[in-house]
Amino acid sequence: MGSTLSERASLELVARYGVPTVPVRRATTPDGAVNAAAELGYPVVVKLHGEGIAHKTERGLVRLDLASPDAVRDAAASLLVAARPDDGAVDLVVAPMVVGSRELIAGVHTDEQFGRCVMVGLGGVLTEARADVAFRLAPLTGFDAADMLDELRAQAFLGPVRGEPAVDRGAVSEILLALAHLAAAEPDVHSVDVNPLVIVDGRPVAVDALVVRA
Amino acid sequence: MNPLDPLFEPQGIIVAGASAHPGKFGFVTLHNILSCGYEGRVLPVSLEGGEVLGRRVATSVDDLPDGAADLVFVCTPPSANPELLAACARRGVKVAFVATAGYAEASADGERAQAELVAVAAAHGMVLAGPNGQGVVSTPVSLCAQIVAPYPPAGRIGIVSQSGNLLSSFLNLSIDSGAGVSRAVSAGNAAATTVADYLDYLADDTATAVSLAYVESVGDGRRFYDVARRTTDRQPLVVLQGGSTAGGRRAAASHTGSLASDARVFAGVCRQAGVARAETVEEAFDAAAVFATTPLPAGPNVVVVTTVGGWGVLTADAVTRSDLTLLELPADLLAALDDQLPARWSRNNPIDLAGSETRDTVVEVLELVARHDAVHAVVFLGIGIQSNEARMMREGPYFPEHGLGRVVEFHERQDARYAEAAAAISAATGKPILVASELAVTDRDNAGPRAVREAGSYCVPSATRAVRALEHLWHRARRRRRMDAE
Repeated sequence: MGSTLSERASLELVARYGVPTVPVRRATTPDGAVNAAAELGYPVVVKLHGEGIAHKTERGLVRLDLASPDAVRDAAASLLVAARPDDGAVDLVVAPMVVGSRELIAGVHTDEQFGRCVMVGLGGVLTEARADVAFRLAPLTGFDAADMLDELRAQAFLGPVRGEPAVDRGAVSEILLALAHLAAAEPDVHSVDVNPLVIVDGRPVAVDALVVRA
Repeated sequence: MNPLDPLFEPQGIIVAGASAHPGKFGFVTLHNILSCGYEGRVLPVSLEGGEVLGRRVATSVDDLPDGAADLVFVCTPPSANPELLAACARRGVKVAFVATAGYAEASADGERAQAELVAVAAAHGMVLAGPNGQGVVSTPVSLCAQIVAPYPPAGRIGIVSQSGNLLSSFLNLSIDSGAGVSRAVSAGNAAATTVADYLDYLADDTATAVSLAYVESVGDGRRFYDVARRTTDRQPLVVLQGGSTAGGRRAAASHTGSLASDARVFAGVCRQAGVARAETVEEAFDAAAVFATTPLPAGPNVVVVTTVGGWGVLTADAVTRSDLTLLELPADLLAALDDQLPARWSRNNPIDLAGSETRDTVVEVLELVARHDAVHAVVFLGIGIQSNEARMMREGPYFPEHGLGRVVEFHERQDARYAEAAAAISAATGKPILVASELAVTDRDNAGPRAVREAGSYCVPSATRAVRALEHLWHRARRRRRMDAE
């Protein structure tokens, strides 16, 4: 397996192909993080960020739902202290706190037999357990992208739920087409995870991404 | 001309290794070719010469006239085959089907021998099928060049199998059900000619209306996809995949990768290509047979017509679980049925006649239901029950006295009428009417399923299997409609 792009670089790459992503600010100090949060509006998320950092959640390097400058400053300071020598150069990522009751996952996979595939599925902590996913070979047509969503078993999940509108299928299809374009145009990309793809008022927005180069 | 034409429509066949021993593949193949009515030249060859099945056996391909055969069926040992292929090429043979085993499937030596075989065939511009293949069937020319039985009835299903015994399974199901076969070929080790190549041939074959494939590994995935896609633009393609639970990429670094099991990717590829993917031999053959004999539904609305309660309930469950819709009976249809039926009928879908049927009821109800605009497909259950009793009466001690002779005849005529009506109404309305009963397999002589077969239809061996087959038809119809809308 090849090298992994950092979260920020991964998000930037998928955004370049048209995947809607949360706006992300970089900061190197607690005060910088507070300035970034003021620009973005509260509440925010602050994460320790670096080329060598994986498993951020498991290591407690993600601080959610920070609603005040003090909360951001404290979180940023403790995150910078938590960096280990083998994390390499680190800084902070500040992003708006995106809240949605539904999450999808989308991605690109390089299959041994079939080559580049695009995937969409139900996201969240039960992604692997549910394995409600659909794959298609890249390139995709609009028909293919729409049909991927139709293939998911949990159709009710995509409809209107608890006062939230139905998932905008067209917007998700656009993301899948964007990933197919990325797969075609970036031959050294081995895989992409856009995870989670949080549904906010029916619209999908990528909150995190992971790009692996071959 | 397609390079595989000489495989499926040979002018003449050399059977290499034509043994006088009835247990040897060379004998069996010659026997099967001669027994099934192939009218081209059949030229047995073996080192021993002599006579087999009344045919003079040449001791060398070199002794045969130029251009006498365009296909060689090879049962000789691996060591003899490179020279054999070269000699056949010199005599104008275009295709070699190598049944001989002991190649890449067996050992490292076999792998080398297989590579040599591929190289020799390529050097002579010869198409190489197999090795380690069971054979080829082609009903338009009454050809059964196989090292084992059986030979199926003629029909429109074209079969490619990566396994010989799966090919036999499909052919056995064809014989049993009467749903006939156009071409059938076992790809064996697929050293040079792959499943995709055969599917490519079938896509253009005017004798074939439905393609059916058993695959284990597809090799070049993109080529498989392209051929599958091209096929489904023209005709249905049903695929049964073996080994789909093996493998997977569990050590992958990404979530996407860890979710990308072979089975899930293959499922996506099939759906993208418009392939009807089946999980079992039965499901695969049902789908192929129904595709071959039934129009596609214009929509998902299914009505179940039954003379038997329990199966009606299970069928309704199966429809509800599927992508089909169990149609709520429209008021005008309900009223029309009320006029037709005694009060104890179910008054919903499934339409359970509850034993209320008289001589013409079933036919009239099928007609009413199928002709209604809201109905896209019908599943009819209960055929053969009367004939089953007729059989018991005929085989019992009282027959034909006590009026049994007459009632037996009545029962069997009624079941035949139901079958004929289902076929005729389906043809007249352009809507699928699937007839299902286990009697199709438990009693081949039952007048009901027999009449279904004789009407050119496929009697599905169970109602739930009928629903699954119908779902495959609907998926194809829906896909075509959606693609047309794009």
